[in-house]
Amino acid sequence: MEKIQTRADELAKEHKEISVAEFFEKNKHLLGYENLQKSLLTCVREAVDNALDACEEMNVLPDIYIEIKKIKENRFKLIVEDNGPGIVKEHIANIFGKLLYGSKFHKLQQSRGQQGIGISASVLYSQLTTGKDTKIYSKIGDGKVHIYELHIDTKTNNPVIAKETTIYGNGRGTRIEMELKGKYMKGKRSVYDYLQQTAIMNPASKIVFIDPNSKKYLFDRVVNKLAKRPKEIRPHLAGIEHGTLKKMLKLTKARNIVSFITTEFSRIGKTTALEIVKKAEVDEKLSPKNLSFGEIEKIIDSVEKTKLSNPPTDCLSPVGELQIEKGIKKELHPEFVATITRKPSVYRGNPFQIEFGIGYGGDLDKEGQSILMRFANKVPLLYEQSSCALTKAIMQTDWKRYGLSQTGSSIPTGPVIFAIHIVSVWVPYTSEGKEAVASYPDIIKEVKLALCDVGRKLLVYLSRKKRAAELEEKKETFKKYISRVATSLAEITGKDKNEIEEKLKTELEERIELIEVETEKYEDLEINNKIKEEEE
Amino acid sequence: MKEKEKQDVKKIIDLAENIVKQIYANQNPHYEIIQRSLSNVIFDEKNKILIFGNKKQTRSYFNINQAKKFMQSLLIVAKSKEVIENSKTVTIRELYYQLKGSGKKENNFDNQKESDPIIVDIETAIGLIREEMHIKADDKGKLIGNIVIKSEKDIIDASKLGRIGLPIPSIVEDLEIKKIDAKYVLVIETSGMWDRLVEEKYHQKNNCILIATMGQVSRGVRRMIYKLVNEYKIPVYAFTDGDPWGYYIYSVIKCGSIALAHESRRLATPSIKYIGMTMTDVEKYNLKKVTEPLKEVDVKRIDELLKYPWFKNSQWEKQLILMKETGRRIEQQALASKSLGFVAEKYLPEKIKNQDFLP
Repeated sequence: MEKIQTRADELAKEHKEISVAEFFEKNKHLLGYENLQKSLLTCVREAVDNALDACEEMNVLPDIYIEIKKIKENRFKLIVEDNGPGIVKEHIANIFGKLLYGSKFHKLQQSRGQQGIGISASVLYSQLTTGKDTKIYSKIGDGKVHIYELHIDTKTNNPVIAKETTIYGNGRGTRIEMELKGKYMKGKRSVYDYLQQTAIMNPASKIVFIDPNSKKYLFDRVVNKLAKRPKEIRPHLAGIEHGTLKKMLKLTKARNIVSFITTEFSRIGKTTALEIVKKAEVDEKLSPKNLSFGEIEKIIDSVEKTKLSNPPTDCLSPVGELQIEKGIKKELHPEFVATITRKPSVYRGNPFQIEFGIGYGGDLDKEGQSILMRFANKVPLLYEQSSCALTKAIMQTDWKRYGLSQTGSSIPTGPVIFAIHIVSVWVPYTSEGKEAVASYPDIIKEVKLALCDVGRKLLVYLSRKKRAAELEEKKETFKKYISRVATSLAEITGKDKNEIEEKLKTELEERIELIEVETEKYEDLEINNKIKEEEE
Repeated sequence: MKEKEKQDVKKIIDLAENIVKQIYANQNPHYEIIQRSLSNVIFDEKNKILIFGNKKQTRSYFNINQAKKFMQSLLIVAKSKEVIENSKTVTIRELYYQLKGSGKKENNFDNQKESDPIIVDIETAIGLIREEMHIKADDKGKLIGNIVIKSEKDIIDASKLGRIGLPIPSIVEDLEIKKIDAKYVLVIETSGMWDRLVEEKYHQKNNCILIATMGQVSRGVRRMIYKLVNEYKIPVYAFTDGDPWGYYIYSVIKCGSIALAHESRRLATPSIKYIGMTMTDVEKYNLKKVTEPLKEVDVKRIDELLKYPWFKNSQWEKQLILMKETGRRIEQQALASKSLGFVAEKYLPEKIKNQDFLP
């Protein structure tokens, strides 16, 4: 989104006469409004992501209400309400009525907000397709409800408040109501799909959804504690790009280049900063604002040659193994779930963390395709599945080894759901659409390790299941013939048939128990050892 | 029941009681059978018959691969006891139908191929032969010649049966030989050759008994040959096709079979001698043009025979190797290429006169 942002800034500054409407029209394929179905979904996503972020910021368990009402063909009213902190009156107009307002540029913090351009684009989309104002209700806990009806002045990119009222009302939260052109679909990449996936990776949220047919869906809360808030960190110097560095140099308050490096970046001491500057053959006294294009390049080259300490990882807030397990179980009811939250790792100076969950059997479709869910910072990635590094890692893994059916390097089939989650202060996307994670070797490696770990657990489960089925079959076979054996023996010997039969039944039970205990003892261990050898 | 039958039934009851005892002692119910495979077959050099070695096999109920067979065995044993006690005899096919089951859930037996081998298992487990358990096979094979036999109350003169002959029953124990006047017994593999010789009145002209095995030799035929040779000390000769299958038929009559090696003492006739067809006959009688090419299975079978200890004999090895080298086999009926009467007038009389036999 950086490119758009830069472009939008330029547009705003240099060509004020070019309308934001035109900007929107030109970039709508990057903003998620290229067709009616996706536009509706994008509006829902912008609103729900904001709602979840807001609740978490105030450490409130999210209660989100979503309603889509059909007004006429291809025309809907979208309502999204949360129990977050609300928005102070002064900011309401700008947040909803100004494109790119308050975007965190070099604020490095794990947040959902990386997706899309923001809720104001939805407001703009609404007004461009329906001519209607967007209505915002905000309660900040002062006993009042501030209600704004607004749209964007497409010439100046400023909010236009059509109506403003304040009434009495308790509690906190934000509610947004907008009318828009859209298409409501079911199935893959539908609003329902998005909400269900969101519920899986946000198990502390309660989401209620009323669809256009007034059907109510509840995605209930299964975890009663929010994950710890991710800490904000300064950027890391490794892997910094020219444009970003240039921008930071322009905005910094540091007096010289060395103090710029030590204050603006994460975990760099004076010695290292001096080393970088010296290697770049740049004057250490030079004011950051005066660096030339060539000098910036030299600094970047020099950084690559310098060993830097890794950034801190407390800036990451993963969902957690147990939490993901609960999320998957609640929404999809598989018979088996295994999850892992890997330790934090770093790609190009950016801390990241991989989480992976697998669900098998139960309510999942036995005949059909498997389900692959990708998430970045708790947000479902619904598009561009095939170009995503997370998908590639799944396909490159030999799942037959873990007991699943797979044809060549494809996504395995069968009653299985994969949920891969990347958490990072800066998720690298392949494109501006922000739907596919880029293939950095460090990331791929971590994903694969996560897959192997969970794969092994799945294999152990499947082997156990198979064994249990075999044992059951054995038991059935033995059971089946007992009566006939007893009858024959009784006929020949004249002894009591029932007594012989009872004896045999007791013996069978004892033997089955013995087999169960014996096989379980060492087989799990054997499977683990064998698979580890193969992976190597 | 006769005294003998009472003893036989006692053996059946012992087996069942032993199993019941195991069940009450919380053991895996089982019985032992002889391992009936080539690896457990020994060629008894002294008596020149095949016998089983000491390898036993346990068949137990709580073994997933044996549970069904265990159950099936007991069904057969119980049925056999019932049949003996009622003074009946069942064929192996009748036995299969009697025990097949209701078919409600799962049949006791799906086909006769399941029940037949179990009958043999039981023979080795109980130490009774099939005939003693009042189980028999279909009649197979026939006989003609100067012999008078008593069956039930009837006296049958096998020399007065025209060209039809007497079928050899599965159980020959009940037959009583009243009178016999024959110089030798000729055992013939094919029904066609038997017919030819009967038409040529070979049995009358040579005063012998002709037996047709009609393919693989049944237990009844083997018991009949055994009876004739052992009770009346008559020489016996075999006349089969000149191929590995014919040679094996001869060896089964002579030494017993791999599958029924536990019965060799009662079934084998080591004194039998082989007339033909030999591979040297091909040369001697100029029959090359009426030989047939060997098929792949034939060659495989030759190799197997060459490995059997009871074929380890220079004369037999010579025949088998010759057969393999020429890649040809010869049927006994190929002798008809000379003339229909050739076999009866020249081939057989000459061979017997010159004692031109293989051991």
